[in-house]
Amino acid sequence: MSAFGQVVRNEARLVRRQPTNMIGSIGLPVVLMIIFGELPSFRQHISVLGGVPLFDTYVPIIMVLGLTMLTLLGLPSPLVSYRELGILRRLSTTPVPPSWLLAAQVVVQLCIALAGLAIVNIASVAAFGAPVPKSPGGLALSCLLAIGGLFALGLLIAALAPTANSVNAIGRLTLIPLLFFAGLWLPRPLMPAVLLDISNYTPLGAAVEAIQGSVQTGFPPATPLLVLAGYTLVFAYLARRFFRWE
Amino acid sequence: MATLESPVAVALMEAPAAAGHRPAVEVAHLRKTYGTLVAVDDVSFTVAEGEIFGILGPNGAGKTTAIECAIGLRRPDAGTIRLLGLDPHADPHQVHEIVGVQLQSGALPAKLRVGEILEEYRSFYRDPADVDELLDVLGLAAKRGDYYRSLSGGQRQRLSIALALIGRPRIAVLDEMTTGLDPQARRDTWELIEQIRDRGVTIVLVTHFMEEAERLCDRVALIDHGRVVALDTPARLATQARGGKSVRFLPSAPFEDRLLTGLPEVSRVEREGQHVLVTGTGELVNAVILALHTAGVTARDVQLDSSNLEDAFVKLTGKNLHTEGVLA
Repeated sequence: MSAFGQVVRNEARLVRRQPTNMIGSIGLPVVLMIIFGELPSFRQHISVLGGVPLFDTYVPIIMVLGLTMLTLLGLPSPLVSYRELGILRRLSTTPVPPSWLLAAQVVVQLCIALAGLAIVNIASVAAFGAPVPKSPGGLALSCLLAIGGLFALGLLIAALAPTANSVNAIGRLTLIPLLFFAGLWLPRPLMPAVLLDISNYTPLGAAVEAIQGSVQTGFPPATPLLVLAGYTLVFAYLARRFFRWE
Repeated sequence: MATLESPVAVALMEAPAAAGHRPAVEVAHLRKTYGTLVAVDDVSFTVAEGEIFGILGPNGAGKTTAIECAIGLRRPDAGTIRLLGLDPHADPHQVHEIVGVQLQSGALPAKLRVGEILEEYRSFYRDPADVDELLDVLGLAAKRGDYYRSLSGGQRQRLSIALALIGRPRIAVLDEMTTGLDPQARRDTWELIEQIRDRGVTIVLVTHFMEEAERLCDRVALIDHGRVVALDTPARLATQARGGKSVRFLPSAPFEDRLLTGLPEVSRVEREGQHVLVTGTGELVNAVILALHTAGVTARDVQLDSSNLEDAFVKLTGKNLHTEGVLA
């Protein structure tokens, strides 16, 4: 197996053996989906939501919730602890650069992210009667851009967090406002105009808007896609700028 | 470590053919500062191929910084570094292929198994050692399937050494390799290091164990305040520390100090009760015994110089290695 393959393999083993973050990012959304799917009130068509059942409104929110848990906690934690433990430094003394470990983490977490998004999406349609996405291509693009923006944010946290413990603190603090604007506590159609305007320009607000649009109406509008692309570029630039290898 | 002598171990450590008379390590006028702090002031040394070279010094002396510059982890402010002719800052990839490094206090992921870690690092090199053989040599064969977190301190240390050797390096740089090992494991590690050297691998050891430096090193550089204060074989450094050699004995009959102070080899004669302590240089013991014999005196209870590298260290740096080098 190639050297990069070996690095990815061991990173995958570590994720499997310490599944806390994987449970948070796949298990939690699935559990929420099942609960919401079983609540009769979530199945009624609600006029204020444009005649869409509350459950359908929540599917994109649940999708980005899992993705956010993964990228704000699961992605940066191992990278920061590798820096803390001197593993990145040890790697600098070998022919393989420490950036490979970062790349391997991205590969492994990307697989988990895609699996989580796919499970919630497919199960919500198959088991709970959510509509089949009107624009599968738009949905895929929306998901990829959401992954891009959030992964870049996760790497920025990995760049800035001094210790593995601080990743948790920073991740959780970032999580709450992001999820608020995603509509976790107050779905976007119910938000006052001011909040909705802000939500449109937050990473998760834009992600929910793009995913919701792809499912309910068709190819999503350009604005949320551009917002996500912009966050990806800015966060990735900052992460690269501030990342310390030791 | 019963497997140390096995042909397997021998085959494992076979180094590529020696490359002429070029030194393995050349460090000249190395300097590294952090703001106003001068970590390394001016350090120069050369290590021959196949040599075990020790770097000794108290904490904060600049040993580790000097080593980190030498292997390319840090960029020095001034000075030149060549490892088998290669500049680690110009050719990092080639240098990493031929230089194995064990850094101080480097941990590994808790939930990876010993074998998995070694297989991963093995894949980084073009011509690596065999994992099973290396585990055998380091006495970790039984631990292959164990998680890193379940290893004892000594086992972790040996795994760290194994990672420095997995690429079959031409030069191995080991920083405090036996810290945290029990005395038996330490002696086993020394034996291993000698075996690796016998296969032509050049070894640079950073250590604060005097016994380790005396036992293993062909030459030692004492570093203090970012400078090399002495560089020689451990035996000669020890001799210099006393200002020469000394011999202590009980004379069979009284004699005048003049009998010995007149000898060219003798620099000082002291009386310690019934005993006589003579300090000097060259063939001191022969000269003293012969002079006494001529005067009809026999030397009994003869004790030779017991000064060692530690005395040299204390004398040259004014510090005690075991209080300031180990702790803090």
